[in-house]
Amino acid sequence: MAERILTGTHFLNGDEACAEGAVAAGCDLFAGYPITPQSEIAERIARRLPQVGGVFIQMEDEISSMAATLGGAWGGKKAMTATSGPGFSLMMENLGLGMMTETPCVVVNIQRGGPSTGLPTLVAQGDMMQARWGSHGDYGVVALAPSSPQESFEMTVRAFNLAERLRMPILVMSDEVVGHMFERVVIDPDRIEIVERKAPNKPPGEFLLYEPGEDLVPQGMPTFGDGHRVHVTGLTHDERGYPVINAEVQAELVPRLRKKIEVAADLVTDFEETDIDDAEVVIVTYGISARTSLGALRLAQQKGLKVGMLRLKTVWPFPEQKIRDLADRVAGFVVPELNLGQIVLEVERTACGKAAVRSVPHAGGAIHNPDTIVSAIEEVFAHAH
Amino acid sequence: MLTKAKPAPPPEVLDNVSHPMERYLRADRLPHIWCSGCGLGTVLSCFTYALDELGLGETDVGIVSGIGCTGRAAGYLNLDSYHTTHGRAIAFATGLAVAQPDKKVVVISGDGDLFAIGGNHFIHAARRNVDMTVVCVNNFNYGMTGGQFGPTTPIGSRGTTAPYGNYENPFNLPYLAASSGAVYVARWTSLHARRLKEAMIEAITTPGFTFVEVVCPCPTNYGRRNRIGEGLDELKYYAERSVIRHGADPSEGDLLPGMDVLIGRFVHKERPTFLQAYEQQILDKQQFAKPPGMGKGPHRTSGATSTDRRASS
Repeated sequence: MAERILTGTHFLNGDEACAEGAVAAGCDLFAGYPITPQSEIAERIARRLPQVGGVFIQMEDEISSMAATLGGAWGGKKAMTATSGPGFSLMMENLGLGMMTETPCVVVNIQRGGPSTGLPTLVAQGDMMQARWGSHGDYGVVALAPSSPQESFEMTVRAFNLAERLRMPILVMSDEVVGHMFERVVIDPDRIEIVERKAPNKPPGEFLLYEPGEDLVPQGMPTFGDGHRVHVTGLTHDERGYPVINAEVQAELVPRLRKKIEVAADLVTDFEETDIDDAEVVIVTYGISARTSLGALRLAQQKGLKVGMLRLKTVWPFPEQKIRDLADRVAGFVVPELNLGQIVLEVERTACGKAAVRSVPHAGGAIHNPDTIVSAIEEVFAHAH
Repeated sequence: MLTKAKPAPPPEVLDNVSHPMERYLRADRLPHIWCSGCGLGTVLSCFTYALDELGLGETDVGIVSGIGCTGRAAGYLNLDSYHTTHGRAIAFATGLAVAQPDKKVVVISGDGDLFAIGGNHFIHAARRNVDMTVVCVNNFNYGMTGGQFGPTTPIGSRGTTAPYGNYENPFNLPYLAASSGAVYVARWTSLHARRLKEAMIEAITTPGFTFVEVVCPCPTNYGRRNRIGEGLDELKYYAERSVIRHGADPSEGDLLPGMDVLIGRFVHKERPTFLQAYEQQILDKQQFAKPPGMGKGPHRTSGATSTDRRASS
């Protein structure tokens, strides 16, 4: 058997690095369907999983890919699927089942231009709100956004670990440019932490499938055939997992699906600050847009403007407290993203009017010209003084 | 003086009698939601008798179902049971079966769930020969949502969305299963309890994708609306028209109003399952040499490029 961890220094694109992250994290089942610009993940993992004793299965569509991923997880495996744009839309149905049944797994979206078939080969970040709200009903979401192939590797590992800790599907919201760019990826086993699935805290008969612990997460997950005789349903259910169709049980279950993420804020929230301490204007961005924004940041600083950057490595849950704190002392925020303004709505909401918020929209198909971001920064400064 | 005969004593003896297959049932989930006259209870009973005969218990078998009246079957079985989304039972079961190849995975769901919204998953799981048994309870309509016509409703039959009679050609399920690659295909009615149980045993013990259709009365939404009558009348209606022909060409199994109901075991064969083929292909190719793109040997660096605060929490 080959090694799971591809130790060493490699020249990989983001998709390949994502696949390697999955294998390193212990992924044993990948169910997916070909779609641009995600296909390199499926191709890489179709080659890699058999080498380590895992199973790659190419499903008939993204609906079944998501469903088989959940089935594999209840079968005791670390499971993943990956897709882009239209496929992500098809996954929404069973992503909801995964949220409701609290099934650990990883869903990767290499975002491309939409709506509909849109720009199959070109970049966008237009699925960020879909990631948060795409399946019907209320639930909480964790979405990570890599800015490089190195982070594609690391965040995929992290997504698998968070999936086990929070007992839920974790989203990796990458994009076409990060997915297709080749860069150096350094894989050091000593830096990789793997979180294994928690076994049920009680023996069969006593164990309650959905009894939350102090962290509001169910206390361990049985594996198909281990004697626990679970009943897993997408219907509203009690702690035994039995369907109960009333408002009281709904009020117990559904808020917990959001609160368990709030409780884990320290574990989940992740961002990178650049020159933020004396900044008067802060760029808030994520994914590939953070790479362009870094260029804009330097250009603006060369013009003598005090600009900083907050790069969201975890986009969902949104770092509300961080934005509130900044809003109390900065003049404004500039939010470049490859959509017509999605995460900027969260910045506006949490800034509560205490600081200016300027969207730098882009319909997708290309990345921002840094000059556009610089102009937006200058406008915010002009209005502030 | 006319004295009334003493009323019969209450059937307390029944209170003390448990279902012979109780160990397979979640007593705390009963009574079930199914209407009187529905055939689903019989199907569930047959299934538990099949498991009993095979000696299969909670560490051997898991049930996956979709949505609808039949979809609730998973919830009444005291086994690992997974009640998934509408139409997706087979897709979920594919992941489950591949993850635990030594266990038995059985999908029990309805005709609308498996063959309308879930039709694509059915044909592809059959094509791949994923190791699972699919039991389709075919009652010719969407019962739970109120009797709409579905993918198996015979031409001319009425449904709440076919008020003038259905005019769409229905699927012949055994023919569809056989042409898609299922290695075991049978059809019985819910009156043929013993034969149905035998078919379930054969299906569960045959490696690969196996399929059992159960023609089943739905008095509330199909039988009465189509002037067939109550549950027993509908059961009788199918039974009287049943013709057992083992090995028959399933293409002859169309279900048309007033015509014979072809039942029996139509297909029973062997071919490699999905996982057998997967392993054979990979072992044949000896693809375990080295990971792709692995040019250099191990090269550990302590100064990774990432500035990640929590590389992998």
